Amino acid sequence: MSDTHAQTARFVRESMLPEREPPLAEVGAVKWVRENLFSGWLNILLTVVSAVVIGWILLHIVPWFWNSVWKAGSLSQCREIRDEAFGPGASSACFAVITDRWHQLVFGFYPQTLYWRPVTALIVFLIAASPVLFPRLPRQALWFSAISPFIMFWLLWGGSVWAPLSVLLGIVLAYVAFRIASRFVSPVLAMLAGVAVAVLCWGLLAGPLTTDMSRILPIRLRAVGSDDFGGFMLSFIIGVSAIILSLPLGILLALGRQSDLFFINKVSVAFIELIRGVPLIVWLFTASLLLNYFLPPGTNFDLMLRVIIMVTLFSAAYIAEVVRGGLAALPKGQYEGADSLGLDYWQSMRLIILPQALKISIPGIVNTFIGLFKDTTLVVFIGLLDPIGLSNAIRASTDWNGVYFELFVFIGLMFFICCFSMSRYSIALEKKLQREHR
Amino acid sequence: MNKTAFLGALTVTGLAAGAAAAATLDDVRDRGTLNCGVSTGLTGFSAPDANGNWEGFDVAVCRAVAAAVLEDPEAVEFVPTTGQTRFTALASGEIDLLARNTTWTFSRDNDLKFEFVGVNYYDGQGFMVPKELGVTSAKDLGGATVCIQTGTTTELNLADFFRTNNMEYEPVPIETNAEAQQQYLADACDVYTTDASGLAATRASFENPGDHVILPEIISKEPLGPLVRHGDNEWGDIARWTLNALIAAEEYGVTSANIEELSQGTQNPEVNRLLGTEGNLGEMIGLDAEWAKRAIMAGGNYGELFERYLGESTPVGLARGLNAQWTDGGLLYAPPFR
Repeated sequence: MSDTHAQTARFVRESMLPEREPPLAEVGAVKWVRENLFSGWLNILLTVVSAVVIGWILLHIVPWFWNSVWKAGSLSQCREIRDEAFGPGASSACFAVITDRWHQLVFGFYPQTLYWRPVTALIVFLIAASPVLFPRLPRQALWFSAISPFIMFWLLWGGSVWAPLSVLLGIVLAYVAFRIASRFVSPVLAMLAGVAVAVLCWGLLAGPLTTDMSRILPIRLRAVGSDDFGGFMLSFIIGVSAIILSLPLGILLALGRQSDLFFINKVSVAFIELIRGVPLIVWLFTASLLLNYFLPPGTNFDLMLRVIIMVTLFSAAYIAEVVRGGLAALPKGQYEGADSLGLDYWQSMRLIILPQALKISIPGIVNTFIGLFKDTTLVVFIGLLDPIGLSNAIRASTDWNGVYFELFVFIGLMFFICCFSMSRYSIALEKKLQREHR
Repeated sequence: MNKTAFLGALTVTGLAAGAAAAATLDDVRDRGTLNCGVSTGLTGFSAPDANGNWEGFDVAVCRAVAAAVLEDPEAVEFVPTTGQTRFTALASGEIDLLARNTTWTFSRDNDLKFEFVGVNYYDGQGFMVPKELGVTSAKDLGGATVCIQTGTTTELNLADFFRTNNMEYEPVPIETNAEAQQQYLADACDVYTTDASGLAATRASFENPGDHVILPEIISKEPLGPLVRHGDNEWGDIARWTLNALIAAEEYGVTSANIEELSQGTQNPEVNRLLGTEGNLGEMIGLDAEWAKRAIMAGGNYGELFERYLGESTPVGLARGLNAQWTDGGLLYAPPFR
């Protein structure tokens, strides 16, 4: 071999050179910086401008956070402490307002000795939500999820345990009636029968049952009125109730809009378009102001309940449209396939159509939920003390008049934690469902 | 203006519905609590403290009425109301009394069908400017940018003032007082205008209050008072005379410190009638003899309340000014308790 080149080339390398380090400009951080930040004149310009802007922002924000005062009784004390520590006029956040009032921003005016109740309710909620969110957990746990709303209601509002129990009884009776009736008549009629039983139970049985049982076996927690609810707890209750209630309602509306039955179709369309066509704030004003005039005087129809209903209806209309998008995205073959298997309408929806349609709709649904959750801050305009409303009330005290951004930073952080975890969950869910496709 | 007409129309409908429930006093007694509408937060007038107890000058009126009617100054459900919801809340019967720094005007009294029971604070709209602008009079404000809260009477007053003085201005509409402070401090506007009490409270919260001046001109009359619905005069009288009792108590020197002693009987028949040791004034408004005594004991007389929530010892630091007794050159003048 070595003779092959003897006449044609003077020199032939016959052994491999040892590997050398790549040139400095082609490795590691230098290469990354050159390729990603300084690859061309436009990129260089953008990098420099962005760096200046970010630096300028950090220059203002970092000292503000770094010098923050956490322990003081009022804004003026905050300023004294700052003047002593960092010199007068230094940029400094006064987070002492959070130390002093965090419990109001979180719980509103809920009695301080009873804070364990909303906290327990939150734990119950998380336990109840986990089997719904994570299908790997045992399915029996769903029974706990089903009764958890009643536990949470009792923990939050207190009063006699028999009130939520009698409501639960109505639902159980309705279900039993539905099961019995569905043996003899069509599912729609059976459902109507169930609803009728529930209404009868609540109308006739619940009142006397609650009073009698409370007398025989008085298990009760101290009652806390809705007007003591406030802060992040209020946003959370409104948001979560509306999210849980609006999903089934939205799915039904979406199915209604696709339905061939003239009446159901038109009612669904009218409802969705009416609710979507008007801003949420108008519905909230309707709930708080207009309804007062139409209800008989003296009716004590809880404002918070009215708001939950309005927010639920509002987001149900949006969910309906998102789910409709999912339904429309399914190929017609899926519907026909379901029919050809001999499934009836509800079976085909439950087993074939909805699982696929909802899978497609997940990003849209979660997006609606995140929007809804943040929209709960609009209740400040009807005088409910959500975190924003409380921040105004806190600023009105002479101690904290003049504090501004600190409160918003705290409120923003609380909302960010919730919304961000919702969006992460949705991404995880999408990935998991995607895998099933392969 | 459209908003007013709309609210007015609503109120009329509401009254038609609410007329059946006229005896507010009975309702309040049955319920055991007074539903009192207050502001969602206004320095010195109503604000919750760290324990969630409402405090302030307007709040004190609610507590006095509750003390007079229910014998317990704590028996009040405070309903936070916004500028938009306050009148409907009252007209629809959600609240029994509205004590929310509300200006007594002709149209609110007559068109919206409310009954102002008196004035607990005489306010007026003023201007605050940075000292470095060198402005000494509101007449020099031509061409200024003005921070102004929307949806209030101050907005209309401002327009009137600049029109009568033939000046131009550029409004910077803002929603809340806190936002206004930030905008003003960030130089988004040259002038901040609102009620003088609000300006004083705002200035007190600044780092360097001395760098800002409140101009001498007061461009409007803002008599702030509690109000009730039309149609229940007995209830209106109770609220009116509770307020008068607080004012009269200051005039006669009845304070929360000496009230026990004075209610043993004094040489002054007017004090005796006020405190129920003489005459039957309580009976005349459907309450017991000691109603006024309890109202005064709830937080003290008018002067004590003023000192505690608004006066010169507080951060708000307001002088009595127009809100002094008529004997001291102010406007407070309670009709005789006779």
